[in-house]
Amino acid sequence: MIRFEGVHKWFGKLHVLNNINLHVRAGEVVVVCGPSGSGKSTLIRTINDLEPINEGKLIVDGMDLSEKKTDINKLRAEIGFVFQQFNLYPHLSVLKNITLAPMKIRNKTRKEAEEKALALLERVGLSEKRDAYPTQLSGGQQQRVAIARGLAMDPKIMLFDEPTSALDPEMIGEVLQVMKDLALSGMTMIVVSHEMGFAREVSHRIIFMDFGTILEEAPPEEFFKNPKHDRAKQFLKQILSPMH
Amino acid sequence: MIGGLDFSVVSDNLSYFFIGRYPKGPLGGVGLTLYLAVVSLALSFIGGLVLGLMSVSRNRLLRFGSSTVIQTIRGMPLLMVIFWMFFLLPAMLGSGMTASWTIIVALTLFTSAYMSEIVRAGIVGIPKGQTEAAISTGLSHGQAMFYIILPQALRNMIPSFVNQFVSMIKDTSLAFIVGVTELTQIATQINNRTMLYPTEIFIFIAVIYFVICFAFTELSRWLERRLAYRKAI
Repeated sequence: MIRFEGVHKWFGKLHVLNNINLHVRAGEVVVVCGPSGSGKSTLIRTINDLEPINEGKLIVDGMDLSEKKTDINKLRAEIGFVFQQFNLYPHLSVLKNITLAPMKIRNKTRKEAEEKALALLERVGLSEKRDAYPTQLSGGQQQRVAIARGLAMDPKIMLFDEPTSALDPEMIGEVLQVMKDLALSGMTMIVVSHEMGFAREVSHRIIFMDFGTILEEAPPEEFFKNPKHDRAKQFLKQILSPMH
Repeated sequence: MIGGLDFSVVSDNLSYFFIGRYPKGPLGGVGLTLYLAVVSLALSFIGGLVLGLMSVSRNRLLRFGSSTVIQTIRGMPLLMVIFWMFFLLPAMLGSGMTASWTIIVALTLFTSAYMSEIVRAGIVGIPKGQTEAAISTGLSHGQAMFYIILPQALRNMIPSFVNQFVSMIKDTSLAFIVGVTELTQIATQINNRTMLYPTEIFIFIAVIYFVICFAFTELSRWLERRLAYRKAI
């Protein structure tokens, strides 16, 4: 579904992605973790070309992103992206936030798009908020609407860039629950997150990054029990002990 | 008589102040001032939007084009632009161009250049995440601009727009220099004819300009409140 082959990316002199090789299969749930500045957000943002790669090959859903002819808009329509800061459209109601892209891109009628949107709102537990505006919602509610917005395009892949990092602690659970349900429904997901509980319970594979490279790649039980790399050990120690 | 001033010169010429020689002759006075202002306002809104969008375009040629126009116009006094249009446009387009329209073109060019900077700042001021969210759902950059960025940006631009437009309403008075019979020209005419009442005449037109600008400002405040309410913040 997603294949990185020797991918490099620089921000000026900073080598943010250094020889990334990764293959994510359809239906797989992959959690990417690592210290800040390790390149994990950049990695996930290259998948829908929010950050173009400089070198190597990146193939997503059969489309080659290093190829100039690739229709990026068409590819992006197949990939849902959930941001740390939600990025809902503040001038549109919840319902319109969700129906905009299906109506403009998939040429759905208002009725079709709204039916789908209402079904998705029910799935994320926010049916009663259909006419609310984003600023009237809590962070957790906004993020659930953002997930519904992504799902409205019937994507083949869902990408999450630290979806719970901007949330108050008591709202993290409701968002993780939605993501967990989604993972169990067989969605292909890549999640940049430090939620190790989610990673342990739901993911098929954990990727640990630092300095723009993938240092470790393992199923969760193996990653938590027996991390090979020193950086990963140190990282896990810090993130798993609440006081340090 | 008010404090030694004699405003009968105003009341005697009231219809001339407000509509010129209309309906027997062309529209003039306040009527023409409003006409010049409203038409230039509508056109410079469009002009400012086009130039502003060009200046944030990803196409270098468009950016270069808009910045050339903006820099050139901003580097000239408005009076100069008016003279240029007054002498240049009829030469280029034949005699069909009335003096009023040369003023409208001059005001539109001038105001568009300033408006485009407001538009650019408004667009740049919308967080990058909005565009990223929009294009992530498959919208093109153009669609993201039209459906997501512009509606938010335009609302934020209203106060600056009003500033620019109020300034433009007053700038219509410069049309008197090329003989367009708007309010200031009419006042000058009456003053030249009567000779005795310049204070009364120019106090009167100052009040008229103030009332027009004040009414326009109030109208846009109302619009701003209404839009804010709809956004439900």
